[in-house]
Amino acid sequence: MVLQDIIFWLLAAIMLAAALGVVLVRDLFRAALLLVTVFLAVAGFFVLLSAQFLAVVQVLVYAGAVAILLVFAVMLTKDVARGNQPNRLRLPAAGLAGLALAVFIAVAVTTGWTPLPPSVQEQAALVQTQASGGTTPEGLEQAGISGEVQRSQAQRATLADLLLGEYVVPFEAVSVLLLAAAVGSLALLRGRPQG
Amino acid sequence: MGITDLLIILLSLAALFAGLTVAVLGLIWLERKVLGRLQQRLGPTRAGPMGLFQPLADALKLILKEDIVPSSAEKAVFWIAPVIVVLSAFVVWVTIPASHTLVVENLDLGLFYIIAVSVIGIMGLVMAGWGSANKYGTLGSLRAAAQLISYEIPVIMVVVAVAMLAQSMDLRVIVERQGSYPFVLLQPLGLVIFFIAGLAEVGRTPFDIYHAESEVVGGPFVEYSGAHWSVFFLAEYINTFAIAALTTLLFLGGWAGPLLPPIVWFLLKTLAVVLVVFWVRGTFPRLRIDQLMAFAWKALVPLSFYAVISTAIYQFYGWPAWSLSLMSLAGLLAVGYLVYQRMTGPARRVAQVRARQQAAMQSRRSGISGGPVAPPAAQTPSAPGQS
Amino acid sequence: MAPLVYFQILSAALFVIGLYGVLARRSAVLVVMSIELMLNAVNINLIAAASHLEGQGRFLNFDGHIIAIFVITIAAAEIGLALAIILRMYRNRATVDVDEINLMKW
Repeated sequence: MVLQDIIFWLLAAIMLAAALGVVLVRDLFRAALLLVTVFLAVAGFFVLLSAQFLAVVQVLVYAGAVAILLVFAVMLTKDVARGNQPNRLRLPAAGLAGLALAVFIAVAVTTGWTPLPPSVQEQAALVQTQASGGTTPEGLEQAGISGEVQRSQAQRATLADLLLGEYVVPFEAVSVLLLAAAVGSLALLRGRPQG
Repeated sequence: MGITDLLIILLSLAALFAGLTVAVLGLIWLERKVLGRLQQRLGPTRAGPMGLFQPLADALKLILKEDIVPSSAEKAVFWIAPVIVVLSAFVVWVTIPASHTLVVENLDLGLFYIIAVSVIGIMGLVMAGWGSANKYGTLGSLRAAAQLISYEIPVIMVVVAVAMLAQSMDLRVIVERQGSYPFVLLQPLGLVIFFIAGLAEVGRTPFDIYHAESEVVGGPFVEYSGAHWSVFFLAEYINTFAIAALTTLLFLGGWAGPLLPPIVWFLLKTLAVVLVVFWVRGTFPRLRIDQLMAFAWKALVPLSFYAVISTAIYQFYGWPAWSLSLMSLAGLLAVGYLVYQRMTGPARRVAQVRARQQAAMQSRRSGISGGPVAPPAAQTPSAPGQS
Repeated sequence: MAPLVYFQILSAALFVIGLYGVLARRSAVLVVMSIELMLNAVNINLIAAASHLEGQGRFLNFDGHIIAIFVITIAAAEIGLALAIILRMYRNRATVDVDEINLMKW
């Protein structure tokens, strides 16, 4: 528990510092590198929240593909020479951001969340870790889930079952969206050199 | 998690690093020997028996060399880039099992994790090229990013096919599922795609355009020297070893085998794959950058989708195992034929043009029948149709 | 595990930093990066809620994970398109400064 707390604060410090760097640093390439740091820290949080699958997805998609695309954009637009300048809106933007932060924190603190009791939380965490590799009866047993109802609930609720069962329509919609985006960006970028 | 667990993990990581370093030194020696033999040379012979200490001497030389940092380089990026590259190469090995028990930390999502972590190395290459403030470096790093991202897709798709066959992403489970027959018999297409795309992922010779000495003079590594450069070198060999090990685990049955202990089988199979890698390096010329990208997007990506779809059909309808082998082989043959056609295309076109010229010459000659026509000097009768 | 509120405050901070980046920076590439920051903040929030709060009628709660997967996918699509537009813009106008792209400004 203590180790997890240390990791939490460490990751939080790294992530916030890197995020501030992204918006404040002058060199765009460095901003992209700091952004990768933020992505990796977020993946660390996912591991901390026992969402291993999402952590791996985060590293693969963000720290891999998205970061490389951003670096490509930075290099190809030669914007690095001009740097990352603020516009006239700097002070109002900071004010608005501060206001938004205050509102968010106020809402988060005052809302009466009903969290799971810690023991159930740990069980759930164990199952979520297990569930990535298939919720086998042994795995559930290990997590301390023995009741028939609970077991069937846990087994029905794995990521793959949800994604291709309950959420299959959004899943297919997102697939179509991805295809459309890929075709769209190709169509945008090809054509006559003069445009 | 207590202190002892942490200590055990640290110790096993240290052991892994030591083992990998020894393996890399061995690989360097082996590569120089094998390449020497392929080129009808002896390879290193001076340092130690059969040149066995040659890699040690190389390493010593590299470490003692002056480590130059270009004055206009971005120091922080320049320094940290090799660390990122070697870390991503090393961290992959954390979950690669050498036998059922010999693994630092077996993960449920092992295969997925390996792919995700190896992507971070690309960022290191880009940083190296950018940080060294060199045109060749930037060019090389852009090429590296384009190449590695493109070849990542076939690797991922083949890995998905394998995960479907094994019904798991756990490398130990994948090996166990190959108990009766290795997956290479089921999905030979997958093995070929994985091996080729893996070669491209680690930038071995037919795909080493991003650090080609004759074109971008070393690409991202152009400004690196001494210990820093040796770190890149280390990462490249660790990656090569990892690709060979993964090929063994995913397709060749891992550590399964009769008589000998599992670890020996694993090492033997991995070594065989490594030897094929060296053989390819000694045989094939480098691809051009456009050929490289075209090969990835026009050949490997559609093929890897075909591999996934055929595996899905096999799984869904529960067809017998040989049907998947047949489907996979059919894909392999079709592509082999297409590649052959494409490779011999230029020669065929040349032959056609020659034949047409010949025919035109013939008809002209027969058209002016009677008169003595001196044949052109360049016209030799056996020129066309030989290619 | 740290309490839910910590994660929420953290993600609020990240979101706000992204908001500032979107509003106050000139480079279009950096605006895209800031949008990614905001999306990541949302993902942290979703996952934290999924592992701290009870699911509807279920013992386990994977809905947050599912939505986060959708967010990541759509972010990937969005960034591909956005960067294509930015490159196109750079080719036509030789700038990626969002303040100078004002042809359609009322």
